[in-house]
Amino acid sequence: MGRKLDPTVKVKRGPGRKARKQKGAETELSKFLLLPIERAARKQKKQTSKKPGSDDDEDEDEEEEDDDDEEDEKDDLKEDEEEEEDTVQANFDETETFKLPAAADRAKEGLLQMDLQTIHQRIRDNVDVLSHFSEKREEGKERSEYLSLLRSDLCTYYSYNEFLISKLMDIFPVSELIDFLEANEIQRPVTIRTNTLKTRRRDLAQALINRGVNLDPLGKWSKVGLVIYDSSVPIGATPEYLSGQYMLQGASSFLPVMALSPQEGESVLDMSAAPGGKTTYMAQLMRNTGMIVANDANADRLKSVVGNIHRLGVTNAVICNYDGRQFPKVMGGFDRVLLDAPCSGTGVISKDPGVKTGKDEADVLRSAHLQKELILSAIDSVNADSPTGGYLVYCTCSIMVEENEWVVDYALKKRNVKLVPTGLDFGKEGFIRFKERRFHPSLKLSRRFYPHSQNMDGFFVAKLKKLSNTIPTQQKPASTPEKSNMGKKQKLKPEKSETPIITKKAGVKSENKKSDGPKKAKIAKLDGETSKKSAKPNKKQKVKELNGDSTKEVVIEKKKGSQFEKNNKTKNKNLLKKNKNRMGKNKFKKLKNMVGQ
Amino acid sequence: MRPLTDEETKTMFEKLSKYIGENIRLLIDRPDGTYCFRLHNDRVYYMSERILKLATNISRDKLVSVGTCFGKFTKTQKFRLHITALDFLAPYAKFKVWVKPGSEQSFLYGNHIMKSGLGRITENTAQYQGVVVYSMADVPLGFGVAAKTTQECRMVDPMSIVVFHQADIGEYIRSEDTLT
Repeated sequence: MGRKLDPTVKVKRGPGRKARKQKGAETELSKFLLLPIERAARKQKKQTSKKPGSDDDEDEDEEEEDDDDEEDEKDDLKEDEEEEEDTVQANFDETETFKLPAAADRAKEGLLQMDLQTIHQRIRDNVDVLSHFSEKREEGKERSEYLSLLRSDLCTYYSYNEFLISKLMDIFPVSELIDFLEANEIQRPVTIRTNTLKTRRRDLAQALINRGVNLDPLGKWSKVGLVIYDSSVPIGATPEYLSGQYMLQGASSFLPVMALSPQEGESVLDMSAAPGGKTTYMAQLMRNTGMIVANDANADRLKSVVGNIHRLGVTNAVICNYDGRQFPKVMGGFDRVLLDAPCSGTGVISKDPGVKTGKDEADVLRSAHLQKELILSAIDSVNADSPTGGYLVYCTCSIMVEENEWVVDYALKKRNVKLVPTGLDFGKEGFIRFKERRFHPSLKLSRRFYPHSQNMDGFFVAKLKKLSNTIPTQQKPASTPEKSNMGKKQKLKPEKSETPIITKKAGVKSENKKSDGPKKAKIAKLDGETSKKSAKPNKKQKVKELNGDSTKEVVIEKKKGSQFEKNNKTKNKNLLKKNKNRMGKNKFKKLKNMVGQ
Repeated sequence: MRPLTDEETKTMFEKLSKYIGENIRLLIDRPDGTYCFRLHNDRVYYMSERILKLATNISRDKLVSVGTCFGKFTKTQKFRLHITALDFLAPYAKFKVWVKPGSEQSFLYGNHIMKSGLGRITENTAQYQGVVVYSMADVPLGFGVAAKTTQECRMVDPMSIVVFHQADIGEYIRSEDTLT
């Protein structure tokens, strides 16, 4: 179906969508805001002419429409707007007409080329109704119906796939969602970072202005950032760029390095370094002292890291090509680690519109899985006893909760780390709860950034501090050999962190468990040091009893802690241990009864 | 990664001394620690001892770069100096050439410098002497080889070449791949 059925009919078209958008919100709103006299005139006309589809009644802007099936649509919308404007009148007509698109017409819509303007208006009306739902809703129509209509309209209008729109609708309230989607249509401003190893921001700004670049400092939160409004020379090819005085970098990429704030003389690991912007920023903060290991799994992208490092004059960097998950094995004990994990890229849709349709559930889950593995490796590479550090910054350029809060929450459960303030005083706080999931309350300290509110790419930053080098396991001390590094350090800490969780569930045994705290530590020491298996002779009895207790508790925990992993492994190991320190069946039963009462 | 053999060290130092003369000592003994050269995949890397220790943990096939790459040895064991060494050569350069703003871009594209683009040149530059090229704002742009002595430069016509191009910072964009 062509838009113009009759090419000789010259229809006057107003400014297009893009032009109107550029003009700003006022022009869009003017469609809804009529003068009272016009409003009255409209009403009168409507009352006199009952027949739909007459061109006079339509809005001035809606001019290119298919006559046939759109008539109902148009009438509906027109009536929508009028109802909304006349807030005095009851709105029972509105959603009836709004609803019509539901069954038969929506099917028709699929085949027809729906006019984007119509869809856009319908979106706005829908959002308006949803924002004032109790007043503007139609009788008997559920919120979910409005939402499903909105969802499909948004998919069509902004070209997203269903999955992504649904996810976004979960994260944002409806009005903010529109802002977010609009912001993804336009580019973020170009920003550069001054290389303080070679120049100062003032001097650089002067030199660039002399070349004909229009720029401004980035904001009061950054001392090295500059935003470029326009330029008569290519920004990526000026002699200043080539001599390494600045680097093209998105504003959101400044944030994780500022949060990490590496100090001079420290050893830092950047696990996912390409193309090298954050690595070089860290080097400049460290003034080329200490050492940085820049790692990336992709050998081609590493070339850009090499190029950038040399260009910016960084001398304390080592570049390698490992899979990030191999990390503590290759080298560990870093003071600070930065992990800019590979993600689904939902925060940088403005740079890569392919994400709109290319990502689905499987992609997000796959990314989340990889990120979880990486964050654990990153945590293991940090040295908790570092005199100046012990920090890890985890960041992604995604806004999905599965890749952000969920991963950090996972890390909190699996390792001895805690969240600390990022030091970034702007941005939205991370989610503590999302749909059916509940995260640790300290997730409040992480930060989210959005294109529509901070005018930078979507980003998530979380700063973690490692509390101890021991790796807690969910099972009781009588287990994994990987805990051999647990020889000396505080075992009380990991165990205490688990006993509260367990005590909530094991109602009956709670008292015993609490009192067994120090005993467990002893057990841990004895069992953990597998080489020193020989228990002291005067403690043998006690040991046996304790072991009986511990094995029992282990069994109980296993049942309760079903969401904790490694059940099979530790079961076997527990059985082995059990065998080593068995007490007779009768004694065991006796104890069990004693403890049970 | 291995230390350079005597032969290789000799070749490399010869090349370097063409640009910075005897100041090579200053590259090794620096106030903030000892620095050294190491060879990895035919490329010579300049790094401090601290980084050296760290880099030994990384396996040979996974190591991409350490410290700063100065250049590489070709198949016939000749040493080729890369632009990445510029930061270290520039402060110690003995003979310098300044380029006029108009011809800056031309040099950055890889062309030789003509008399018309020559701003200044240090006195007593011998022919075929290694020189470091600067812009008028004293920003190092690269290095080259003087085609004429200073005296001759004054006398030749504007269209003749005075400095042969060897390396320039435009290579960071033009040939990013060859840096590694």
